[in-house]
Amino acid sequence: MGEVNLSQVMDRNQSFVDRVIEESGQDIRQCYQCAKCSGGCPGSSEMDYPPNQIIRMLMLGMKEEVLNSRTIWVCMGCNTCTTRCIRDIQVAAVMDTLRQEAVRAGYVDKAQTVLNFNDSFLWTVRTFGRLFEPGMAMLNNLKTGNYMKDMQFGLPLMLKGKASMFPHRIKGRREMKKIFDNVQGGK
Amino acid sequence: MTKYAYYPGCSLETGGIEYGMSSQAVAKALGIELLEVPDWNCCGASSAHMTDHLLSLALPARILALAETLPVTEIVAPCAACHARFAAVEYELGRDEELKQKVNSLLERPYTGKVKLRYYIDIFSNPETLSEIEKKVKKSLKGLKVACYYGCLFVKPPKIVNFVDDPEDPQAMDNIMRALGAEPIQWPYKTECCGASLGVTLEDHCTKLCNDILRFARDSGADCIVAACPLCQANLDMRQVTVEKKYGVSYRMPIPFFTQLIGLALGLDPKTLGFPKLFVDPVSMLKKVGVA
Repeated sequence: MGEVNLSQVMDRNQSFVDRVIEESGQDIRQCYQCAKCSGGCPGSSEMDYPPNQIIRMLMLGMKEEVLNSRTIWVCMGCNTCTTRCIRDIQVAAVMDTLRQEAVRAGYVDKAQTVLNFNDSFLWTVRTFGRLFEPGMAMLNNLKTGNYMKDMQFGLPLMLKGKASMFPHRIKGRREMKKIFDNVQGGK
Repeated sequence: MTKYAYYPGCSLETGGIEYGMSSQAVAKALGIELLEVPDWNCCGASSAHMTDHLLSLALPARILALAETLPVTEIVAPCAACHARFAAVEYELGRDEELKQKVNSLLERPYTGKVKLRYYIDIFSNPETLSEIEKKVKKSLKGLKVACYYGCLFVKPPKIVNFVDDPEDPQAMDNIMRALGAEPIQWPYKTECCGASLGVTLEDHCTKLCNDILRFARDSGADCIVAACPLCQANLDMRQVTVEKKYGVSYRMPIPFFTQLIGLALGLDPKTLGFPKLFVDPVSMLKKVGVA
């Protein structure tokens, strides 16, 4: 992180901070930096900024740094931070909002693998109504160009009767389409 | 007869099929009726809540609305990830009428909230059912040391999943294991995340988290890790070979579901309970309790 003029970024990004608070329903201004969230975070060793720093950066209006961070894409949503937060902030919910904001604002450099996975997962849900894992894996591998990824699991899963060659199609597929058509990133 | 709406979710028909098989068999043996939600869809899991807030609520709300067509007051989801999505719907739509209307405008059948979410483990660990199980044990699991592994999403965050068990040291599964005659070990990884959601996108880190859990269970003297979430179970079971290769260790740690162990103790056939579906061969563990 280079030099940052805090009063300038705060002025520039106040509306962003307000939106994150509104969307996540979490008043991050309550945070007093005890760092319990980061202490228990199973992903912190892989993050560029631990969760408590993300919250602090958010309070200071550092939109670009937060949305460009690796942290928001490493978060597994395990809710350990949320469970332990002494200031009653659902930190994992803030991470969800930040991921959605990052995609909306085009900060996707560090997110491509996660976005490919989510898109492939949701495509099968939108199309069939349920997750179809072989279809998801193939779609994901086509998107990433890593064609053999996880193929070592395919055959054993089939042999154990744990994967089906064909998707189950639910009757309410039109309803699924309506849901997806009416949300952000559902297309 | 106790009745619940039952949401198997995508996992219990595929990767976690033995969880579905054993759940059905055990429920039947205990006189619990599990009524499958008609024409259910995927709950959307992490992919939906990373993508869009409304999507993450509408998908599980459709399922809960369909459950309202069944003659039940409660719904169970054996998969912790699905459970967490239902909990989010109850929590958020229960507090925000406007949001509820927005979600309902996308659904053919409105969600009213009359069918309440029940913690799956609790339909077995509540005092009445537990004493029923104790009475029906035919084959005690005496001598079997089990590491109860709850994962994250059944118990965290307690305010939203609305469960009274301790999120740092839950007891529901431990109590069931004691009733079966097994010995639940004390270990600190009961609710540590296994990283399943990073399995595709950041595999190395997921492998590390699995290794931590497997190593701790072994070092604490466990014969097996008992799972309650099909995503955790698949991660620790199917990925165990990868973990062993990467870290140069050999665990061969069976990862049965808690329902499979209830079934064993009730004297049900291991095949009906889906034991052959496990990747890590459970034969050492089955021998220890004299059923193989």
